[in-house]
Order: sequence, then C-alpha cells, then structure tokens
Amino acid sequence: MSTLTTNAEAVTNAPDLEVLARPPQVLNNRNPHWVTGAVCSIVEGRTPLWWWIGFAISATFAGIGGACILYMIVTGVGVWGSNSPCFWAWDITNFIFWVSMAHAGSMISALLFLTRQKWSISIARVSEAMTVFAIMCAGVYPAIHIGRVWFVWFLFPVPNSYGMWPNFSSPLLWDVFAVTSYLTVSSLFWFAGMIPDLSVLRDRATTKIRKFCYGLFSLGWLGTARQWRHYEMMYVLLAGITSVLVVTVTTIVSSDCATSVVPGWHATIFPFYFMVGAVYSGSAAILTLLIPLRLAYPQLKDLITPSQLDKVCKLLLLMGSCVAYVYVIEIFNAWYSGNAFEKGAFWERFHGIAAWYPITCLSINLIVPQLFWFKKVRHCLPLVFVLAILCNVGMWFERFMIVTTSLIHDFLPSSWHDFHASIVDILTATGTVGIFFTLFLLFIRFVPVINMSELKAVLPGSQPDHPTGGEGH
Amino acid sequence: MSNFFPRWANWLPLQILICVLVAGAPVTLGIWYYFTPKYTRVGYQPIQPVPFSHALHVKQLGMDCRYCHGFVEVASHSNLPTTQTCINCHGEGKILSNSPRLAPVRESWKTGQPIPWVQVHRLPDYAYFNHAVHVNRGVSCYSCHGAVNEMSVVHEAQSLSMKWCLDCHRAPENFLRPPSEVFNMSWHPVSLARQMDIGTKLKQEWKVNPPVSCGGCHR
Repeated sequence: MSTLTTNAEAVTNAPDLEVLARPPQVLNNRNPHWVTGAVCSIVEGRTPLWWWIGFAISATFAGIGGACILYMIVTGVGVWGSNSPCFWAWDITNFIFWVSMAHAGSMISALLFLTRQKWSISIARVSEAMTVFAIMCAGVYPAIHIGRVWFVWFLFPVPNSYGMWPNFSSPLLWDVFAVTSYLTVSSLFWFAGMIPDLSVLRDRATTKIRKFCYGLFSLGWLGTARQWRHYEMMYVLLAGITSVLVVTVTTIVSSDCATSVVPGWHATIFPFYFMVGAVYSGSAAILTLLIPLRLAYPQLKDLITPSQLDKVCKLLLLMGSCVAYVYVIEIFNAWYSGNAFEKGAFWERFHGIAAWYPITCLSINLIVPQLFWFKKVRHCLPLVFVLAILCNVGMWFERFMIVTTSLIHDFLPSSWHDFHASIVDILTATGTVGIFFTLFLLFIRFVPVINMSELKAVLPGSQPDHPTGGEGH
Repeated sequence: MSNFFPRWANWLPLQILICVLVAGAPVTLGIWYYFTPKYTRVGYQPIQPVPFSHALHVKQLGMDCRYCHGFVEVASHSNLPTTQTCINCHGEGKILSNSPRLAPVRESWKTGQPIPWVQVHRLPDYAYFNHAVHVNRGVSCYSCHGAVNEMSVVHEAQSLSMKWCLDCHRAPENFLRPPSEVFNMSWHPVSLARQMDIGTKLKQEWKVNPPVSCGGCHR
C-alpha cells in the first residue's frame, strides 16, 4: 500500500509532462499513410500557376545570366568591373557567397543526422537541395573568372606537354578540390537520401514515363531488410564525410584570402570567420525557402513545424552572434596589431569611398540576428522571412566587403582605386539567383521535398513502446 | 502498374561503365600520344627551294655554324644567311657556279629577291626566346636543333614543346657543355656522370639560373 501512495505522490509532484515533452515532429497526430500522401501530392498533383510564373521569372534571369557569361567569354573579362588593383570583385564575392550558403544545408542534413537530432529530418531534404544548388551557382564563377575558360583544365593535375603542374602549396588549388569534392559528396548524399522516397513515387506512378523515370532513379529499391542494412551503413558513412566538409570547404575558401599578404585578408581568424558566416547565411537561406514552401503547400504545415523553424532561427542567432564577435575582434586586432597597413585598411574600410558596403553589412549583421532572441520574433513567420532575406543581403555585403575593400586599398597609395560593378556583373549575379530558383522549383515539382521514410520512422506510431505501435503502416 | 525493369537491368550500370572505360581509354591514350608536339612537330622536314645539305657543308667540309648564322652569339634571333653568304663561295667562276641546283641562288643574287627558305623551327610569338643568351652560356645548337651536321635536309629533331623547354630550364646541368664546344656538333659527354660533373660545375661558375616562372618566356 505504501508503495502505491508514494507512486501517487510522485505523480502529483511530477512536473507537467505536457510542458516537458519534446515537441512532436509531425503535428496533429498524422499517421504514416497521411505523410506519404501529403508529400507525394506535391509531385503528383497538377502544376500550380504560381510555379509556372516563378519558373518563368527564374528561368529568364538564368537565361540572361547565361547570355552575360557567353558575352564575357567571347569578349573577355574586361566586360566586368574588376580592374587593377581590384582583380577579384563580384566573381569571387558571389562564389564565396554561394559556396558558404551551402554549408548550413550540409550541417542540418549531415551533422544533425549523425547527432540524432530528430527535428532536422523534415527540413533536411530542402536544406540539402539548397546546398547542392548553391554549390552549382558557386561553381559558375571559378571557371569563368579566369577569363579564358578553355584553359580551365589547368586547374586539374593532368600530365601535359606544357610541363605544367598545379601548385599544390596554393590554397587556390585546395579550393578546386574542396569545391569539387563538396559538390560530389553533397550530391551523392542528397541523392542517396532520396532513393527510398523515389521508390515510393515509382510504386505510386500512374503513367509509364513516371514509372520509368522514378524507377530508373530509385535504382531498383525494394525496401528489403538486406537493402536497408546496406543503405543505412552507406548513409551514415556519407553523412560522416559530409560533416567533415561542413568545416573544411569554407575554411579552405577563406585561406584563399588569408594566406595572401593583403591587409584586411591576412588574418588567422578567417577560417572561423568564414565558417560561422557560412552557417549563418545558410540558415537564413533555409528559412527563406521553407517559409514560402509551407505557404504554397499548406499540408506541409504539419510536417515543417514552427518548433523546427524556431530551432533554425536559434542556429541563425548563434552563428550571427559569432559573426558579430568576429567583426568586433577584427577591428580590435587591426588597432591592437599596431600594423600601419592593417590599421590603414580598416580605417579606409569605414571612412573611404567604399564605406557604404561595410556599413550596410555591419548594420544588418550586427542587429538583425539579435532580434531572434525574442520568441515572438522567431514565431512570427512573415517577420522571420523578411529578416532572413535581410541576413542574406547582409552576408552578400560582407563577402563583398571582404573581397573588394581589402583589394582597393592595398600597400601602394598610387594603386588605390574604387570598384564599380558593370551591368554584366550585376546580370550575371542575378543570373545565378535565377539558376538557383529554377533548380529549386524543379526540385519541388519532381522530387519529394521531405524525407518520408526517415520522418515516418520518428512518428509516435512507429515507436515500439507506443500503445498503437506499428499501426497504420 | 508493375515494374518494367527486368532483372538484367541490375547489371546495366556496370556494363555501361565498362563500355565507357573500354571506349575512353584508347581516346585518352590517342590524344595523349597524337595531339602533342612530340608527334606533331618532330620530324617536320619541308622541301627547301635549294637542296642545301648541312651534312656536306658542316660534316664533310668542316664549316662553322657561325659562318652562315652569324648573329647567333649576339642577337636574340639567329639569322638565315643572305644570298651574299652563299655567293661568297658559289659566285661567278667559283664552286659549282653553273650547277642547276643552285639556280634559285643565282636568280636571287641577280634580282635581289631573297631565297624563300621554309622555316623549320618555329616558336610561337608569345614565347620569348633569345639565341645569344643560350649559346653564350653553354647551350649547344645540338641541344635544340639535333645533329644538323648529319642532316642532308633539315628536319625538326626536338618537340620544342613547353615541357621540353622546362625540362632544361628546371635542370640545365643535364645539357650544359663547355662554351668552347657549343658549336661543335660532334661533341658528346663521355658518360652521364661526366655530363653531370661538367653541367653542375658550369651552372655554378656561370651562374646559370634559368627562369621557370611564366614571365620568363611569356613576357
């Protein structure tokens, strides 16, 4: 009897379980069947009008961007605003901007997968798609910025009759390997995660073309225990490799700048600086994509929950604060180093002809992420959407500030020169945005946007200890 | 709708991969071999307007390279001889002055129009090359032009590819010879070890430090 009383007391004294419970990953107690239907209906339903409008706009921008690239190739890099001493300008700015943005996607899909963060499951596919497409947009620049694209093979170690060999001690070469391996690994990881879901679409297909295409890409997936065993092993390994790349790629990109002697670039904090900036801008990009996606397909509101978006906002806040720390420490170091060139570079950065880039960058990146301390802000999705876009703009200006303001103010006062973007620069940049959204819209239309198989495994009904364990499959 | 990929489709990716490798390997190797100056340039032997034989003039008669190519030690460009140089020996009443094979030389001497020799060794205009610098620092004619003293009709003996230039620029001790032997086409080091001895010594003494950066040749 006494034990019963103690138990009863324990129950009454126990904290409210409703409050303590982790927020569910799928709202409204949806069952696995509903999840499959909700996700597949996006691909199987009619193409909505907004999709066509969005696709037409993005594809037009992508086409204009492509035309600009063609014009640049046949005419020469002179059509860009880059000039002495600002040899790197929008090309490298946009390269860094896109390749960095990619990192948050890998972090959410790989690092959080390995650490068993269930909240990342629903948003992992979109994040990973963002990663792959952002790397593709970044990949536009390294090849064309050399001016003579037909010599791009010089970047790779191909034995040749010129007796040339890449300089393996140069970070610019590490960059080539980092970005190509990043694209390869993250595409594989993204595709590998999709295989079971593609087989679901294959099995639900009603037309021969769909059956063939999804059948081709699901690689003969049958969902047998043996296949799952191999598959999960492979997926964990790929996640492991991808997690390493989250840290390595952008730090290598940062060493392109940091290993040079240019004041404003030559700093040991650069790898960390680029890394946190990368996850910060990527988190903002994920929010920018997820919020309209939920709006466009209301059934996703149960799958991409406010609590998941709230966690992305917190990630953005953390990384944004790290970025703010770097801004402050960079300026402090410029003063504390006592190096005249370093001091001069930073003085000129905020007082010179180009002061509006850093001022725009700092005013956005120091203030906007700090608003995410407030739960009300994190849960007001239209506001989150606007702030996330602002963060992306701020991060673009940060990349632009790092690349150009350091170059236009080098050691020789006689070579100081302002940078002005040309129309070709601008249209190529908007072209990459067009490419990104074209690919993203195609992704929404043809691929399940949520990892159904993984998500179904964390539904309450799938847990063996659940009263309805396994029901609804 | 049933699946329409048959069982054999499982092996299709592997089969495609093997086909690509089997077809790709000869293409790669073919480009590697046939698309390089080693294949396209070496052995180029155009027909010249006058059947001038280096073998006869240099090997049999013992003429020095510099009798005809007189600028080679002082200019970046090594000249082809003018018709005057030929006429010094082959003029009116001298050697073979009536030979029909020398008709174009006599014609040129009469009209003042140069003999249209066909250039054999041709460097692209974006590659800077200075003959004087090379021959004055122990790089023999032989190193680039081959055994011209053996050639009845001149042909290209070396590929003149960038790698070929760089092979020597990166390790000149393999090719340098005593300055007195630069124009001696039949001088050869007695052994590889001897060449290394001579080459290393000359490299130090003459401070031979060939450029290997892009700007060395692509100025």
